[in-house]
Amino acid sequence: MFLDQGPIESTGYMIAGYAVIFGVMLIYLISLFVRTMNLKRDIEVLEDIESTDQRSSTSDQKPAS
Amino acid sequence: MQPKPRALSILDTVTAVLFVLATLMVFLYAPEEAVMGQVQRVFYFHVASAWVGMLGFLVAAVSGVVYLVKGDRKWDIVGLAAIEISLVFFFVAIVMGAIWAKPVWGEWWTWDPRLTTASIVELVYAAYIMLRQGIEDPDRRARFGAVYAILGFISVPLTFVSIRIFRTIHPVVIGNSDPTAKGSFDMSPKMLQTFLFSLFVFSFVFADLLWHRIRLGRLADKVEELRLKVTQ
Repeated sequence: MFLDQGPIESTGYMIAGYAVIFGVMLIYLISLFVRTMNLKRDIEVLEDIESTDQRSSTSDQKPAS
Repeated sequence: MQPKPRALSILDTVTAVLFVLATLMVFLYAPEEAVMGQVQRVFYFHVASAWVGMLGFLVAAVSGVVYLVKGDRKWDIVGLAAIEISLVFFFVAIVMGAIWAKPVWGEWWTWDPRLTTASIVELVYAAYIMLRQGIEDPDRRARFGAVYAILGFISVPLTFVSIRIFRTIHPVVIGNSDPTAKGSFDMSPKMLQTFLFSLFVFSFVFADLLWHRIRLGRLADKVEELRLKVTQ
């Protein structure tokens, strides 16, 4: 009976389904990229702070001449 | 951070090419299903996404066991990476399933055993991510994560077998569907090839994303270590 009628019209649903997977995958890839960039920047800043702290603590330890 | 390994660049390229091929197969190679029409094509990536979800939860459980045995934090990073990716793909599988269900079942959602257990899995692992953020001590967090990933995995095989042991309207792809299932179909050889190829390609997608997410986890670990040093 169903075969006589042919397939149901469901192209819109198919497009919606694939829009979801492609969209979510794209958002996830962007999120990975952005988080990586932010962490790299954090590392640079923290390493700068660490080296500044080390320099100031060594200069504090030097006896006054 | 260590420069991107050559093997990862190759994996990126291979995965991208395979993904394009799988997409072309879905739209151009697989025939239109006689009753459901175009929406049946959602099935290929819907099942493949669910496969990535389950694969990642398994990887996380195994990583949890290895962490508890060895106590090496790198396994915590692997576990977290696998769960994050799986959460994304399991979510996609659930949403794609709902979109497929509307024209086939006549409703977006029903509290069927498969849909219910899949939602439970998603919530269990979403809770994992949230609870981790509440633990400051990295070693305690890793121990908690390992135990949670092992216990949480109990929900995954339950989802897999739910359509085989309970009365359900969700069709079974491999094996016999319940007589009350709506939306079952016999796969033609071209449909089966597209389906198996999609599963194969999504395994590559998982491996590729996992590698990238592990590298991100290592960076996060380094930031945490530096923050502790600076604040002390």
